[in-house]
Amino acid sequence: MRRPSILAGPGWLMLAGLIWLLCHNTVRADDAAPAPLPADYAGLLAALPQADYADKAQIVHNLAVLAAPHTREVLAALHDGRLETRQGDGKLFLVEERGDALALTDAVSFAAAGEGKPDDFERVRTNNALRRAIEVALAQLDLGDTSPKVRAAAVRQMRQHLDEDLESALRQRRGQEQDAGVRHQIDLALAVADLGSGDAAARLAAVRALDGETAPDVYNALAPLAGAGGAAPTESDPQVLAAAIAAVRHIQNWRDFYGALETLFFGLSLGSVLVLAAIGLAISFGVMGVINMAHGELMMLGAYTAYVMQQLMPAHPGAALLLSIPAAFLVSGAAGVVIERTVVRHLYGRPLETLLATFGLSLVLQQLVRSVFSPLNRSVVTPQWMSGLWQVNELFSITWIRLYIVIFMLLVFALLWLVMNKTSLGLKVRAVAQNRGMARAMGIRTERVDAMTFGLGSGIAGMAGVALSQLTNVGPNLGQGYIVDSFMVVVFGGVGSLWGTLVSGLSLGIVNKLLEPYAGAVIAKILVLVFLILFIQRRPRGLFPQKGRAAEGM
Amino acid sequence: MAAMAKSGPVAVLAGDLGGRLFYAVLLAAAVLVPLLNLAVPEGSLLHLSGFSVTLIGKYMTYALLAIAVDLIWGYCGILSLGHAAFFALGGYAMGMYLMRQIGSRGVYGDPLLPDFMVFLNWKALPWYWHGFESFPFAMLMVVLAPGLLAFAFGWFAFRSRVTGVYLSIITQALTYALLLAFFRNEMGFGGNNGLTDFKDLLGADLHRPAVRIALFLASAVALGLGYAACRLIAASRFGRVVQAIRDAESRTRFIGYRVESYKLWLFAFSAVLAGIAGALYVPQVGIINPSEFSPINSIEVVIWVAVGGRNTLYGAALGAVLVNFAKSWFTAALPEVWLYALGALFVLVTIFLPQGIVGFVRQRLGGKS
Repeated sequence: MRRPSILAGPGWLMLAGLIWLLCHNTVRADDAAPAPLPADYAGLLAALPQADYADKAQIVHNLAVLAAPHTREVLAALHDGRLETRQGDGKLFLVEERGDALALTDAVSFAAAGEGKPDDFERVRTNNALRRAIEVALAQLDLGDTSPKVRAAAVRQMRQHLDEDLESALRQRRGQEQDAGVRHQIDLALAVADLGSGDAAARLAAVRALDGETAPDVYNALAPLAGAGGAAPTESDPQVLAAAIAAVRHIQNWRDFYGALETLFFGLSLGSVLVLAAIGLAISFGVMGVINMAHGELMMLGAYTAYVMQQLMPAHPGAALLLSIPAAFLVSGAAGVVIERTVVRHLYGRPLETLLATFGLSLVLQQLVRSVFSPLNRSVVTPQWMSGLWQVNELFSITWIRLYIVIFMLLVFALLWLVMNKTSLGLKVRAVAQNRGMARAMGIRTERVDAMTFGLGSGIAGMAGVALSQLTNVGPNLGQGYIVDSFMVVVFGGVGSLWGTLVSGLSLGIVNKLLEPYAGAVIAKILVLVFLILFIQRRPRGLFPQKGRAAEGM
Repeated sequence: MAAMAKSGPVAVLAGDLGGRLFYAVLLAAAVLVPLLNLAVPEGSLLHLSGFSVTLIGKYMTYALLAIAVDLIWGYCGILSLGHAAFFALGGYAMGMYLMRQIGSRGVYGDPLLPDFMVFLNWKALPWYWHGFESFPFAMLMVVLAPGLLAFAFGWFAFRSRVTGVYLSIITQALTYALLLAFFRNEMGFGGNNGLTDFKDLLGADLHRPAVRIALFLASAVALGLGYAACRLIAASRFGRVVQAIRDAESRTRFIGYRVESYKLWLFAFSAVLAGIAGALYVPQVGIINPSEFSPINSIEVVIWVAVGGRNTLYGAALGAVLVNFAKSWFTAALPEVWLYALGALFVLVTIFLPQGIVGFVRQRLGGKS
């Protein structure tokens, strides 16, 4: 795509024909040699399907050296398994699926060649080693690209598979390269090559050049010299050895730093999930004192809302997902209001009984979802703009989805905080929570406020469910896995405290991820649970306990 | 209540109608079930299949578990959402004994290691598996494992005065942590497959009808004794302090009772009862796996007690049998309706029958116990 086509189709055809003739002559001349490879583009391509993997790699290499105008596209197609031979005449085509048919592009002329039936074509087979050879060949081709970015990426690619050919290609390129950034990349690659040089001075210069580079392949090239990881160092010259050890230590420091950063971020994103799951509970349990065991199922309803919205708008999964956030709030919120009016209302002041009744409701909701949507998991599509990685540098990358979850959690938290502290509903909710009788005496319709509060907590759970639909399977059991965790988060943070919920969710997430490398995921989780059990013994009212008379009665 | 405490244990046990009915039903079952299973020929209408014997035996272990939960919830106000953990621990202790009894008859034929350890390429028996080849040691563990865990847990929880909802939530965390731990293969309890393929108990083949009947009778005896023990505790001085704690914890403390010790001993005893129930459950169903630790199981036990009627003991047993009978029937006949029915049962019982079935019947009979 990037590459402008130099030769138009027909002109290229003539040239190919000419080379084809030449090729026939050369083949005849070398009759004695054991099956030599053709030297021209079309001939090389024609030999490709029947060759064994070693020959294929050689053909790929030769094609890259020839650098015909469409070599790049053809090699890319071979790499991705889109290069196929037509049964019958054995001609090679780049294919692209178009409905049931294949759109064809002739590999030699690179002209569109109509459509074909998939059954008539056979893919040119590749294996891992061959695909790696293709990647190197593509990088070699990219070395001549007009964009410095592409050239730099090509150099990095080549650095990981250095051999004499690539080294000399890089040295050649070094002379003519105009862009300073690409030159630096080439110097690094050549330095990696020089690490194996017989000259101690060259090795020393190479080690110094690589000092502070964070790329994993540079580290892997340097580490044996310095004898990292308990192995005996392969470097014999003391000066080079000292420099190599220093360089490895620097790189190790950076790796540790980014490793810690990554752990922190993983912890933050896990913590965000915990906060999202718990924050609705912080309202219904924390403010109203209702133990809502159906909280997980309200999240599940939110996740299913996302699924239904995407089914309604199959063409726009991203927009459907965004719309499902308010929709899930409404669906789960409405379910919450109904639950409050029909069940919870009868059980105020008897927290243990609400626990049992809402647990019954959770069973009913699970079975309802099973009856309506089937017991199987449903998949919610992740929109394009949420998938993939943000590669900050070679050692540190962030999946977009985790970043969005953190942002979404902060937004939900901010929204809830505003509702609770800046709206009249929030004022009434807090008033009823602090002193029901007094609030009623001031003219607040406590029954209405109860329903709205429970609905708010449930609606937030629904929004959390939309976020969860991007992380886990959407199935009838989605909610169950979060119920113990969310109660722990609320209790750890201090019942009735939104900030406490935020702090406790995030810190539990980070602690969990910090423990994981040492203890494994399951043990880490068990340790966190044991820690929480012990913590509650010390401070039964959590990190941020509610103060005042109202808190005593709970 | 006071009048009951003055008379002897027999008078206490036979003092109320519910208790007399409980023993009558238990006795009838203990006589009729073996009779209908062994003496009545197989073709007859009255014949009770071996499957049914095991099923009724299983219900009895559930009833014992429910009584254990009622003792602490109904009489002391401690709602444990982790009692299935003690049940499962007792079950695992029994399961370990049964595994050791398999000996070299396992699939891999190793004389010492259970099959799953051979499968995991373990070379030696972990230290905590030693001793379980001896039945008395295993029975000691059935009592000690849940009892000590409950004691340690209660020691921390009650002394720092964790009560009410908070206590319920940390008991749930306890069983959840154990669930996660027992799922790990490295723990050495068979991972998610648990312990199964049992062959014999005290040298008797578990699949023989007579052994089934023996296990059934053992469950019936354990249920009877467990009920008696709980009833006597409830009627004793200790029990009256416990009920005072339930009704007014701070007041009881200010009068001068050491509230935490009362709670602690009661909780540990209840856990031991649950462990014994688990130990009787495992040989009858033939398997124990980590799913027994799942928080849902513990909540279900609480539901049995609530449905039957808390604070009555026999009500808890009744609830356990009724709910599980309904579960067996529904899951066979109308599997998709079962969760609706169970869920609706929870909601309706908590709203309309706060005292359970027993409370409802008492009300109908004139509001007196």
